[in-house]
Amino acid sequence: MQTIDIARLSRVRALQMVTLAKSAHIGSSLSCIDILSVLYSRINPNQSLDAQEHVVLVSKGHAAAGVYSVMSSVGLIPLHQISTYCVDGATLSGHVTAGPFIELSTGSLGHALPYAVGRALAAKRKGLKTQFYVLISDGECDEGSNWEAALIASHLGLDNIKVIIDRNFLQSLKSTEDTIRLEPLADKWKAFGWDVENLDGHDHKAIEAFLNANSTSPRIAIARTIKGYGVSFMENSVEWHYRSPNDSELNLAIKEIERNA
Amino acid sequence: MRNHLIRRLASLAVADKEIFLLTGDLGYGVVEEFEKEFPEQFLNSGVAEQAMMGIAAGLANSGYKPWVYSIANFPTFRCLEQIRNDVCYHNFDVTIVAIGSGFSYGALGYSHFGIEDIPVMRALPGMRVYSPANCLELDFVIDSCLKYRGPKYIRLDKGASSTSARVDNPSASTWSYKNVDNSRISIFATGTILNEAIKAAELLELQGVLVEVHSVPFVSSNALKIEMLQNKFVVTVEEHSLQGGLFSCVAEFVATNMLNTKVQGLGINPTKLQITGSQEYLRKMHEIDADAIHSLVCLKVN
Repeated sequence: MQTIDIARLSRVRALQMVTLAKSAHIGSSLSCIDILSVLYSRINPNQSLDAQEHVVLVSKGHAAAGVYSVMSSVGLIPLHQISTYCVDGATLSGHVTAGPFIELSTGSLGHALPYAVGRALAAKRKGLKTQFYVLISDGECDEGSNWEAALIASHLGLDNIKVIIDRNFLQSLKSTEDTIRLEPLADKWKAFGWDVENLDGHDHKAIEAFLNANSTSPRIAIARTIKGYGVSFMENSVEWHYRSPNDSELNLAIKEIERNA
Repeated sequence: MRNHLIRRLASLAVADKEIFLLTGDLGYGVVEEFEKEFPEQFLNSGVAEQAMMGIAAGLANSGYKPWVYSIANFPTFRCLEQIRNDVCYHNFDVTIVAIGSGFSYGALGYSHFGIEDIPVMRALPGMRVYSPANCLELDFVIDSCLKYRGPKYIRLDKGASSTSARVDNPSASTWSYKNVDNSRISIFATGTILNEAIKAAELLELQGVLVEVHSVPFVSSNALKIEMLQNKFVVTVEEHSLQGGLFSCVAEFVATNMLNTKVQGLGINPTKLQITGSQEYLRKMHEIDADAIHSLVCLKVN
C-alpha cells in the first residue's frame, strides 16, 4: 500500500475510533496522519523494536488515535485492537502508551525529544546507524525541555535525529501566534544549530525527501499542516481538539475522505 | 561520600562499559577524572535537568546504566515528571544521585536543602530509595543498585562520614550499630544523622540507659524487621521532613504489622527554613542533633 492510501485508511479508522470512544483530539490526529503514515511505513513489522533501523517517537501523545490507526494500517498492531481504544481494561489509552512498536509513552509534552537525544547519543557511542524520528506539535514548542534538548542535540552533533513539527498553528485555546508567539520559528531552530526545512506536512514526497536527506547536524522540518485535515468541517477548528463526532458527522466525514480519494 | 561514589563508579566502569555518568553541570573537583578516563561513558548535559533525565531514560533503553549526578533538588524536583513518566513508568535502569541530603549545603540557603525528597521518590512506582550513613553503607548501596535493573534514588551527604562502629550482617537494608539484649528503646536513623544517634546513645550509656541504634540506608518499610520494633519505644531521626520519610516508613510498618510499638519522630521544623547556617548549626536548631535525641529519650525514661 502507498503511504497516501495508508493515510486515507487511517483517517477513516481514527474517526471511527474517536466516535466509538467519544474521545478528544481528532483534529490533532488528522493533522499529522500523513506524517505518521510516512514514518510508520519505515518500521519493519517483522523485526523487534531493538533491531529496527528507524525509531519513531511521537511526542504529541494526544494524537493517539492517529498513531494507533496508522499502526494498524501498516500492520504493527492488529486491526481488532483499535476497537478497544479507550475501552475499560484495554491498553490503548487516549495518549500514546508504551507497547508493541511503541517504546516511549507520551502525553505530557516535551518528553520525547530529550529521550531521543539519549537514544541517538547511545547509538553514536555504540556505532549504530539507527535513525530517530520525533514528531512534535507546534504548541509543544512552548515547553522548555524541548529547547534544552535542542541545545544539547546540536552541541553533540546528533545528525541521527530528525524532528518533524506538526505546524498547524493551533493549540489548546487559540492560534499559536495569539497564545505565545512562535514565529519566526525556523529562525529559532536555526539559531539553536539545527538544519531547518519548511515543507507541506500533507505532501508525502516532501516528507520522504526530508527523511532521506543527509545532514551534519540534527535536522528539523517545519511541516505546514491543517488541523483536522481531510474533513472540511473539522479543519482549522479548536473545537475538534475536544469534540468527538456523532454518527451523522462520522458518516459525513468518511464520505468526504472517500470522495477525495 | 561523593568522591567515594565517583571513584567506585570509575573502578566499575573499566570493566562495565554500560556504566554512564551524567551530570547537570555539577561536581567540580569530583567528576573530572571520570570524564577524562571514560569520555565515552560521560555526559555533562549542562544546566538542563529535564533534558538530562530524559536523556538518561533514552540511554537506559539503549542498554546503558546511567547514573545521574546533581545536587539535592536538581535531579529530583526540577525534573520530577521526567523521573515519573520517562524513567519509572518504563521501569528503566536509571540511578539518580542527589548530593547534599538534609542540610549538607545548609549555608547555601533553602533552595539547596534536601529535606522533602524521600516521600516524593518513594511514591514513584518501582523506585528504590537509598540514604547511606557512611562510605561502608554506600558500598553496599552501590552493589545493590547495580543488581537491581530499575529506577533508583540515592541521597548522599556532601561530606564524608566517619562512622566506624562494628556492624553485624551488613546489607543494603538495615544496619545495627548498637545492639542491646532486651532493650526497650531503639533509635532509627537514616543518612549521616546516624552519627548524632550514636552520640546520643553513648551519652545515655554513661547514664546507664542502654538503647539500640539502627541505620536504615534502604528507606522502605520492607527494610524493617518486626523484632527490631516489637514492644519498644522507638525514636526515628532524620535530616528531613517528618512527612513521608523515615518516621512514616516506621509508622507504616508498625501499623501494618499491628505492633505494640510507640514511635516518636525527630525531623526538621518546616517553619524555620529561611534560617541559614552550617549543617551542625541547623541540626541543633531543628533539634535533630545528639542533644535533642538524648533529651527525648531521657524524658521517656524518667
